[in-house]
Amino acid sequence: MTQLAAAGDRNFWDWIAYIVEDYWSWLLKGVGVTMFLALTGTVVGVLLGLGVGVVRTIPADRHSAGPAKRVLLKTINVLLGVYVEVFRGTPMMVQAMVVYYGLGMAFQINLNVVTAGLLVVSINTGAYMAEIVRGGIQSIDPGQTEAAKAVGMGHWATMRGVILPQAIRNILPATGNEFVINIKDTSVLMVIGTSELFFQGKSIDGILYQTFPVYLLVAAIYLVLTFSTTRLLRLAERHLEGPENFTLATSSTVPESILRPGGENFGSRARTR
Amino acid sequence: MAAAPAPGDQTSRDDADRSAEGAASVAGVDPSPAEPPGQPIVETRGLRKSFGENEILAGIDFAVHPGEVVSVIGASGSGKSTFLRCVNLLEWPSAGQVLYHGQDVLARGYDVSRFRARLGMVFQQFNLFNNLNVLDNCVIGQVRAAGRPTSEARERALGYLAKVGMERYVRAKPRQLSGGQKQRVAIARALSMEPEALLFDEPTSALDPEMVGEVLAVMGELAESGLTMVIVTHEMAFARDVSDRVAFMDGGVIAEEGPAQAVFSAPEQARTKEFLARFHAG
Repeated sequence: MTQLAAAGDRNFWDWIAYIVEDYWSWLLKGVGVTMFLALTGTVVGVLLGLGVGVVRTIPADRHSAGPAKRVLLKTINVLLGVYVEVFRGTPMMVQAMVVYYGLGMAFQINLNVVTAGLLVVSINTGAYMAEIVRGGIQSIDPGQTEAAKAVGMGHWATMRGVILPQAIRNILPATGNEFVINIKDTSVLMVIGTSELFFQGKSIDGILYQTFPVYLLVAAIYLVLTFSTTRLLRLAERHLEGPENFTLATSSTVPESILRPGGENFGSRARTR
Repeated sequence: MAAAPAPGDQTSRDDADRSAEGAASVAGVDPSPAEPPGQPIVETRGLRKSFGENEILAGIDFAVHPGEVVSVIGASGSGKSTFLRCVNLLEWPSAGQVLYHGQDVLARGYDVSRFRARLGMVFQQFNLFNNLNVLDNCVIGQVRAAGRPTSEARERALGYLAKVGMERYVRAKPRQLSGGQKQRVAIARALSMEPEALLFDEPTSALDPEMVGEVLAVMGELAESGLTMVIVTHEMAFARDVSDRVAFMDGGVIAEEGPAQAVFSAPEQARTKEFLARFHAG
């Protein structure tokens, strides 16, 4: 290691080097907490959003649901609508304060700050994802649902087997975007003391009083995180699109007995190979 | 089969209506030689459908019996497709009845999904499941709706795919197929459910001309094999040659109905004549 300059003589680059040298473990911990919150929060939020999106598309017309079921569905839809509006319409920083201190004061539930942060990020992401999922489901050709109905599949079987696989693929870019946003926006959780990257930077600054180098370093780390995440997601998307080609099955891969169904009543189109 | 209707297979309301016919049958007179005897698989009575102010179907009485091939023809906008979609409840009728073996499928609590699984449907736009390959398109309904074990469903699907000449494409995704191939897979998907009747909603209207033939060939074979079919189509020559019966729709009602040869060679209604004149001229 290079000999570090004494505190009084350090220039800007010396400070950067000093922070990296002495506080790398703080920053690393911040990166870990930030990525944990962003990733887990996005995953939980997507699951929440999927649930809300699917429930909100349950048919509630007169012939597919009885009166009791319709009232129940309408009530649930109103509640889910309120959830989406409230959490999209208030800042996550405020939500963090309300959830963390509110749960403590009103219900004597004292969460640790990381759990509270995770809760806030998840619920917040869920509200955004609910709308994205709904759009994703609505973007699927209605012919897909009709074909599923025509073979006798119900709402859940249709959703699971046909609609959601296509909708999830369509909303993947938007989901990746939520993840990247969450990497940056978890920084607001420092108001409740969650030790994510920004909070760690603030702590280092509190010790060294070197605001500019500290936050420039923190900014650079955020940029590396978001940039590499974006690249990875794009790779994953391309991979998911699958190959353009398919292989023709031959008599060696399709059992001969199946190619020549004997004695059935639709004429014979069996192959000779 | 010209015997009196078996007791108990009509609804009680019908018994009164049919008692006169029953007497005629006992006397050895076939009550209606144009229609096959026995109970229809599906029947509509006074079927109406409106979208807002717009009345598309203005009271349709129609029945399809086991083994029949019925074509529904008529100009665009005459309600043919809407009628077919009302039969398997993809559109909910505004009024009237849809009866499946005499049971009212519009009744509250009736298992609509099970009814639909007993009628296959082939769509104009194919509507293959885009996320599934050819084989799984023919398997998913069997497993998720009919509750068959996957291995059995696969074998059945392969059998029907072979019948439509698509068994070599089991691993292809729908977007990798031509229109004609997609429609043949869609037919195999419907057949895999082993339905009592198959509904075709303009199955060749979205196809390039050179692909119409391959789909019609498959449908012709199905008709010959004795499958019950209701075909909404603009392919007049096909309707004439393959159907037992033709229904001509105009303005939301069946304007004329009868044996295919009779309707095509000697239509009775002026509207039918006018419509078929274009076909005969072309």
